[in-house]
Formats: sequence, structure tokens, C-alpha cells
Amino acid sequence: MDLKGCECKVAEIIKMDKITKIYPGGVVANYQVDFSLKEGEIHALVGENGAGKSTLMKILFGMQRPTEGMIYLKESPIVMKSSQDALNYGIGMVHQHFMLVPSLTVAENIVLGSEIKGKFFLDQKKAIEVTKALAEKYKLAIDAHVKVRDISVSQKQKVEILKALYRGAKIIILDEPTAVLTPQEIVELFEQLKLLKQSGHTIVFISHKLHEIKKLCDRMTIMRDGRSVGVYEVDKVTEQEISRLMVGRDVKLDIDKPEKHVGETFLDVKDVTYVDELGKTAVNKVSFSIRKGEILGIAGIEGNGQSELIELVTGMKKPATGEIYVRQQPISKLGIKKIRQLGVAHIPEDRMETGIAPKMDIAANLIADKYDNAPFVKNKFLLDYKKISEFARALISSFNVKTEDEKTLMSGLSGGNIQKVVVGREFSSDSELLVINQPTRGIDVGAIEFIRKKIIERRSSGNAVLLASADLNEILSLSDSLIVMNSGHIVGYFPDASEITEEEMGLYMLGVKTQTTEEIRRACHA
Amino acid sequence: MRKWKHHVDLFELLRILLALIIAIGVSALLILITSETPLYSLSVFLFAPFEKLKYFSNVLEMMVPLTFTGLSLCIVYQSKNFSLIADGCFYMGAVAAAFVAIKFVMPFGLHPFVAMAIAGIVGGFIGVLPGIIKIKWQANELVSSLMMNYIFYFLGLYIINYFLRDPQASVFASYKFSPTFALPGILEGTRLHAGFLIAMASVVLVYFYIYKTKWGYELRIVGDNLNFAKYSGINTAKVLVVSQFIAGTLAGVGGAIEMSGMYKRFIWDSPPSYAWDGVIIALLTKNNPKYVPFAAFFLSYLRIGADLMSRRSDVDNQIISIIQAVIILLIAAEHFLAKWRLKSENKVAKDKYITANLEG
Amino acid sequence: MDMIMHMIWNDAFWFAVIRVTTPILYATLGAVIASRAGAINIGIEGTMLTGALMGVLFSAFTQNAWIGLLASMVSGALLGALLAYFALKMKSNIVLTGIAINILSAGGTIFLLTTITGDKGISTSLNSKVLPNIDIPFIADLPVVGSVLSGHNVLTYLVLVCIVMVHILFNHTALGLRIRAVGEAPESADSVGIDVFKIKIIALVLSGVLAGIGGAFLSMGYMSWFSAGMTAGRGYIALAARAIAGNSSVGALFASLLFGFADTLSNYLQSVQIPVEFIHMIPYVITILGFIVISIVNNKRELMRKKRQLG
Repeated sequence: MDLKGCECKVAEIIKMDKITKIYPGGVVANYQVDFSLKEGEIHALVGENGAGKSTLMKILFGMQRPTEGMIYLKESPIVMKSSQDALNYGIGMVHQHFMLVPSLTVAENIVLGSEIKGKFFLDQKKAIEVTKALAEKYKLAIDAHVKVRDISVSQKQKVEILKALYRGAKIIILDEPTAVLTPQEIVELFEQLKLLKQSGHTIVFISHKLHEIKKLCDRMTIMRDGRSVGVYEVDKVTEQEISRLMVGRDVKLDIDKPEKHVGETFLDVKDVTYVDELGKTAVNKVSFSIRKGEILGIAGIEGNGQSELIELVTGMKKPATGEIYVRQQPISKLGIKKIRQLGVAHIPEDRMETGIAPKMDIAANLIADKYDNAPFVKNKFLLDYKKISEFARALISSFNVKTEDEKTLMSGLSGGNIQKVVVGREFSSDSELLVINQPTRGIDVGAIEFIRKKIIERRSSGNAVLLASADLNEILSLSDSLIVMNSGHIVGYFPDASEITEEEMGLYMLGVKTQTTEEIRRACHA
Repeated sequence: MRKWKHHVDLFELLRILLALIIAIGVSALLILITSETPLYSLSVFLFAPFEKLKYFSNVLEMMVPLTFTGLSLCIVYQSKNFSLIADGCFYMGAVAAAFVAIKFVMPFGLHPFVAMAIAGIVGGFIGVLPGIIKIKWQANELVSSLMMNYIFYFLGLYIINYFLRDPQASVFASYKFSPTFALPGILEGTRLHAGFLIAMASVVLVYFYIYKTKWGYELRIVGDNLNFAKYSGINTAKVLVVSQFIAGTLAGVGGAIEMSGMYKRFIWDSPPSYAWDGVIIALLTKNNPKYVPFAAFFLSYLRIGADLMSRRSDVDNQIISIIQAVIILLIAAEHFLAKWRLKSENKVAKDKYITANLEG
Repeated sequence: MDMIMHMIWNDAFWFAVIRVTTPILYATLGAVIASRAGAINIGIEGTMLTGALMGVLFSAFTQNAWIGLLASMVSGALLGALLAYFALKMKSNIVLTGIAINILSAGGTIFLLTTITGDKGISTSLNSKVLPNIDIPFIADLPVVGSVLSGHNVLTYLVLVCIVMVHILFNHTALGLRIRAVGEAPESADSVGIDVFKIKIIALVLSGVLAGIGGAFLSMGYMSWFSAGMTAGRGYIALAARAIAGNSSVGALFASLLFGFADTLSNYLQSVQIPVEFIHMIPYVITILGFIVISIVNNKRELMRKKRQLG
């Protein structure tokens, strides 16, 4: 952790000294964090979700004010009241969720806040010229005329970088820039960032993908639980070490999975097609089945029909053609409640959006799928709060939810604990088919391990599991068999998930390889 | 943690009390500036309702309609709707009750209840309209309900004018209600009527509905996160329609009770607009029916005080609306006094973090 | 039916349509600006009412209608600032804050009028001024067109200027660009150093000023006195008209004309054998129908836009 010995000849352009940040509501996001940047470096800021990286950078960009601590720019203390102040000091930021105005053009977005004026009105021509010149200079090709709502994600990212450069940013913070990009786009981005570095810019690269950091960055600061746990030269530390520092213990990567014992077919999807409200065929003639006691994984690059397929099986969406059978019963005409009663549980993709009621307490959230049945209802329509509390307390302890009691509001829990509540609720019903989408997205390692273990447990006790996840490692290690989706089709079926490598799966996901119809048809066990 | 939660609740109560005190303070200041007999006016405003049993009973009488619209708005806001149709429901409930009171021949004891039932149904059906328009066409319920209030106000006027109007009366008034329609008094020497008891019973029922029944649970889930409710298998459209119906029914019944408890004829040529008081009550009680009687008492006490003041002195009773506005402004303001809370919370949070992460 | 046609093909009818449209149009433009800034200004109703009273009070005291107009505008600006301050700085629900402004205005105007003049609900004892009517050279002499378009109150012509100004504001000025950014993506605006609070307060103040002028028209043009509740829901209608207009200033003109037409029609129809209450409903019924239709159209249009984006 001690860096005094290293060749720190280059001046520190930024120094954040003992930064503490407490949000209203009492969340301590940063506690006495030290962070520094050397001029002209690419500096990685790593840590798990919720480690405090984003907060620290929001403070550096003036969006949040530290509760305690000081920031120095070239050794003189600075106080920033807004992001405008940060921009004035030459600090720019590319946010994870883009900070663009959809209905304005690329050029308007770039000049917004420091518009180019003519005598009385805006000089829109000049704005477009300036945008073009800037784009050329930094090799960030973009059409200045189009509205931002009509361009792709990677183009939006370029607009963001240009915005920072237009404002004369010398220090650019990128918050998980690769999370939304394809592999090719990531390569392109890295080239552009190296170009910026050569032209004297300093870059902060927030990420938790270690191989990317190895490829791109010079130094790194590791954060855990709101604190900095060390600063390292990237080439002098191993991935294993970084991983250990990030989570505070060695991560166990492989998962204990007992032999599978399959039973009868529980879910049967037959020739299902789904056309979304925009007329796009999101799921195209998909057929497969799942037997009790196995986990079927759905792999694919996001947006290739996996989420829609999950929602079709759980009744959130209705198929245009084809039929889905649960226990041999067709479900396309049934409401969600009926489908749940047939034994289908659902862990949704976005827990905040669909998985919880944030302003209600844990107990109320745990009974959302079973509130109107015994034992939670007495006298036909009255809730039995005593039974509900007992049930909630039991689940909180068996699912290891970190909370004072069952009366705590959901909004007071961390992401991992919220997900445990969701999983706890869905796993505590008598369901025999678990439909799971992104079970461990954005939660801490402890919770990830716990949830994965629970999924295996349910499968081994004879439940059928349909699992979608953007985390390839997760899907490869949890699934018994696997289907890969591309553009709404199943392009590959692998009866034994352990036989396929990540690389080969990538080829199917990208649509480079496709199996024959016969091979794919094996996904149906009649 | 227990202590801390408790502390925040106490804080919330203090915040509301302080807002009420400031609102009254502002009005006191206005009275002192504008009145020729400032201290007398102020003392009438603040204390006169306690002078006589009659005045105090006026406060309780006024509580009745306020309680009903307050309960109605509590339910509406629980469902995260911003419909203000309760005004139309209340007015039409009163019109429907007047119709029953004049046109139906019924025995004493049954008559007002039939009127309430019909007014409740009328109010319920009107109450669901903005919600249905929202579900079907995604049209903003606030705007549509405001337009509808005018439509129903004119519809009500039409019914009175063409079917119930007394041509002998020199001003706008319906025929006299049948004597069997009147609700019995419950306090000798006052006009306090049985409607007060029905209002208090409604408070209990609505509290049970929202917090103790599975339907109330569904309502709260739908209000907190509509997507989550759908995902859980709750029939959200049904929950919305049923809850708006109940809210409309409460307002409609409120209108009917006001008629049979307080009036001999229908004389409202403009809507009494108790729905706006309902908004204030829902805000003061954080949509919890348990506290509705207290908020209704407070508002009606101020109204009666202001009425007495305007009768005895030179201060207009509309000063009440200034108080109401200040109350809404301050209570709705999350940041009102938030700095105090933040400071004490910060300290607690930091201590918690240190014990959790840095020790042991 | 013949009678209705006869009524409509009449220059006095169309003159009245323009007159009735004027206050709604001010309020609708105010609602458009607020909406562009991402705020719903339900307080427009009360702001108009206060503006109407202030115009009467100040024109009576100074015996100058223009000072009365200025007072209406200032009161509108103050109420707009009040709304912005509570909604943004104090984190109040903006609908509730708007309701507070309406309650404050509904009772406050009566309180103020009584306290100052002793008048109950209507400003009979005040010798207040009205803003002048203007004959437009050349146009005034044209047959039909002249009698429809000329001779209106000065504020009716000013509202046309306001439409153009609002259009320029949103399409050709930095302030307009910033208001749009703040309304559509406040965090994005903040991240490029735009003071969201400042921009929103400017937008809501402008919104209030327009509502204030609308109020001044009611008491110093449409009528020559103030009476309690004289806005009669025009501020609420403006919210519906805003939705129909889809945030454009030209759209505001047509949406307001729709209401103006319905309202004038209802005034003319009072001589017909239809219960007067139903005739009074017409403007509100038409507004709500227009509102529903536009909600449906907007949903469809949004869907089409997304479809096109997919290619």
C-alpha cells in the first residue's frame, strides 16, 4: 500500500485529501478517502458496486460536495459548488448514464451551457462547424446535425467525450465506459483514450473489469466499502491480488454443483414468436423445454430477445404465435397471478423497476406474491400481521438480509440486500419453475455467492430453472445446459454447458456461428 | 436504530406543528396589521369557538364534510393518482341526495340512508372516470378531473334547476326536503347530527381498508410501484378502479350527509369546494386515515374562528385561505427544516458506519 | 342547425371568439413555458386571479391602466418565483404548491379587496381603468375582416407578439435551449454547468408574468372590474390547452382558439332551446375531448417515432 518508494517524479495534478461523504438519509458513501492523479496518466478507479467510486468522482466533478475533506488542484486547494466550477478547473466527466438531451442535436448538446451566440440569437452554423473541427481533431467521427435520440450508444459516448473536450477539460473522468459497448467498440474507445493521453490529457477510468484495466491503465486506486484500500502501478500487481483487495478475501470462482437428476418436462415452449409494440420481432419461433432438476441458461448479447423470452414465460408479455406450456397447461391466455399459481417464480431483470415496492417495508415486500393466501390472510380479507412478521423474520435470517428488522423500508437497504429480499420472496413460494434474469447484477460478492448457491440448491432439490445473465462466467458455471440467442432466434443448443468455452460461446452470440435446425431441435425434450 | 427511527417520527410531528404555528402566526400578523381592533379580532379568531357549546359544535359539524373529502383524497393519493374529482363527487352526491330527499317518499330512519347509498354510488361512478381515462388513453388525470368538475357542477345545476327548483323561492333553492330525510341530532341545543358519528365510523373503516385488508395492501403496492404490482400478479387496473370508486363514494356520501344533516333545501349555486380541504388533510396526515379527524378538526376550528371573527370585527373570513396556503407550502416542502434533521442524521450515520466497519 | 350556421357566419361572433380566446392564450403560453422547463404550473389559475385584482387596484390608485398592467405582471412574476422556490429549493410537490397558490389567490384576493375597499367580492367602489382598444389602420376599413380583426383590446394584439416571442425563445436563443434542456434532462443540464434552479425560476417567472397579463385582460379589458373567482377555471383550461398544443406556441394559439370558439358558441346558444347548463358545459366538454384525442394521437406518434428509429 505504501508507494513512497516509487518513482513519483511527475507532478500530482489532483489530490483529494481525506474525503468523507454522507448522503441525506445517512448512507456513508466515502470515508476518509485519499485519491490523487498524476498529469498525463490513465488512472483506474476500481471497486465493487457500492464501493464509493461514483460518489468520489461526483465529488471531483463538483456534483456532490464532500461532507469533510479537501481537494487540491496542482497543490492549491479548490472548492467546487457545481459541475460548472469543475469544468472551469478543466475537469470533465463522462457519466455512465449519458448526460445528453435527446431532442437536441449533437452540436446543440456539445455547446449546451456555453453556447455560441451571434448578435442576438444562437449561431447554429458555428456550433456545427466547431463540432466537426473537434471531432476531426480527436478522431471521434460523428454527425453534428442529427438529434441525439436517433444515434447509437457508442456515438452518444463520443458526444460526451467531445462535450468535455469542447469545454477545455484536461482531466476526463469516465464512469464505467465499457459497460455499454461491444468488444469492437471497446477496442476503438481504448485507441481514442490513448490518443487523448498522448495529447496531454489525464484520464480517470472507472471499471471493475480487470483485464481492461491491465490493457489500458498506468496506475490504479482500489476502493472497498467507501474507503481507499490502496494505490498501485498496474503492471506491478496481479489480478488475483486486486481481486483480493477489492473484496477483502479470496474469491472462489468455481461453484460446487452436484450431479443433476432430471425429472419430467415442466416447461415447454413451442414455436413462440413475440412482436414488440414497435413491430420488431423480438422472439422468433423459439422452442425449447426444461425438465425438473436442471438449469437451462440463455446466453446472448443484451437485446437479442432473452429478456422478452423471460417475460413471455412469466406472463408479463403475451406471444403473437406459438404456445407456452407449464405442467402441460397452455399459459398464453392466463394472467400473471394464475401463472404464478401454476408454480412459476420470477426474479426480474431490474429489481428497482419491477422487483420491489421501495417505500414499503421488507415484510410487505416479502409477501407480495402470496399475501392473499393462508396463512397471511384471516377472516377472508384481513392481513395477519403477526404471521407476516414471523414469516419475514424467518426469511431475513435464512437469506442473510442485513437489516435491523422486518419493518425497515426497502429504500434503506443496499443493492445486494434488496436482491436477497427479491430472491427470498420468489424462492419461498412453492414454485417448481424458477425464471431468473440477471440474478447478481450490481451486487456485492458476498450476496452473489449466496444467491448462486441458493439457485443450485433449488435445482438439486428438483426444481426447473430458466436462467438469463449477461455475466458469461455466471451462466457457464451455473447452467446444466445452454441455449444461445441471436436476433430473436436460438442459434445454438448445448446439452452440457461445461463443454463449451467462453470464446466459442462468443462466436454464437455474435451470430458468426449457427447450429443446424436438427441440432437446435434437441432443446425440446418431448 | 430503533431510537433513530423514533427520533425521525418525532421530528416529522414537530415539523408539522411548527408549520401550523407559522401559518397561524402569519395570519395573526395580518390581523394585527389590517384590523382596527387587532387584539380583539385575534382573540375572537383563536378562542371564540370555545366560548359557547354552539360554536364548538359548529366546529364539529364542519368536521363532517372535511373528514369525508379528507378520507377520499387519502385513498386517491395512496394510489398515486392526482385526481381532484372528489369535488365533483361531493357536489353530485349532494345533488343526488337532494333528489332523493324531495322525490322519494320514505319512512323516517330509512330515508337519509337510501340517499347516502344512492349518492355514494353516484360519487363512485364519477370518481372512477379520470382513472379510466388515464388507464385507457394515458390522459393526465389532474387535468381531466379539473375539467370534469366543471361539467358535473353544471350537470348538478341542471338537475336542480329543471327538476327540483322551487319557483316560489326568491333565490336559488330547491323545494324543501322531506322531513323524514333529516338526520337526527346527537347533542341537545346544537345542530350536531348523526353524520358526525358516520364520519368517525368511516375513518375507522377506511383505516382498516388501507392498512388491515388485503385490498388496502394491493392499493399501497400499486401506489408505490405499479410495475411491481403487475409483476406480483396484482390486477392493477381493478385495484385502481375499485379504489377510485371507494374514494368517490366517500365524497358522494359526504355530500349526502351534509344535505341531510345541515340543510332544509339545496342552495349551493356554486360548489363548496371541500375537496381542496381534502387535499390539505391528506397532506397533513400523510394519507393515513388515522389522523384525518385531527386534521379536519384543526381546519374546521380555523374556519369557525374566522367566521366568528368576520361577523364580530372588520377582518374578512377569507384570511383562512392564507393560512391554508401557508400550511400546504410548508408541509409539502421536504426541505423545510431538513437541515436540522440532516445534521442529527449525519452524526448517527457516521457513528453507525464507524462501529460497523472500523471497529472489531 | 340553420340558426347555428347563421350565428357563426357573423363578424360579431368571430370578434367575440378572439376576445374570449385572449386570456386563455396568455395562460396557455404560460403553461407552455412552464412545461418546457419540465414543470406543471397548476397555479396559473390563481396567478391570473391575483393579476386581475392587482391590475384593478393599481390602475385605480394611479389612474393609469398601464401601471395596473405592470402590477399584474409583477404579481405574476412573484407567484411564479414562489412556485419555483418551493418546488425547487424546498423540494415541494409542484402540484401541491400550485394548489396552495390557487387557494391563496382565491381567498387572498377577496381578503385584500375587502380590507382595502370594503367591497365584498366585486370592485364596485374602485374607479379602475381599462386598457385601450385599438383600430388597426387599413384593416379596420376592410369589410368583415376589419370588423373581426380590428378594434380589439391592446392586449389581444400583444398576445400575438408574445406567441412570436415564445417561438423565438425556444428555437433561437440560448435561454430557450437551456430551458428545453432543463425540462427534458435536468441532470444533463446540470452536468454542463447550467444552473437548473436559475433557469427554472426564469421559466416559471415568465410563465407567471404571462398568466398575470391574462388576468389583467380579464379585469381591464374583458371586464372593467374585478370580481371574486372571475377566472372561472381558465387557468385549468390552459393546462388542457397546453397538452393539446404539445408545447408549441403556435399550437397554443389553435388550442386556445378551440376553447374560445366553444365558449363563444355557448354564449350565443343561450337563446336556443337547450338548457343553459348544458351550453355552459360545452367548452369544458370540448376541451376534455380534445385533451383525450391528443393523448391518443401523442401515444401513436411516439410509437411511430420509435419505429422509424428502428429503421
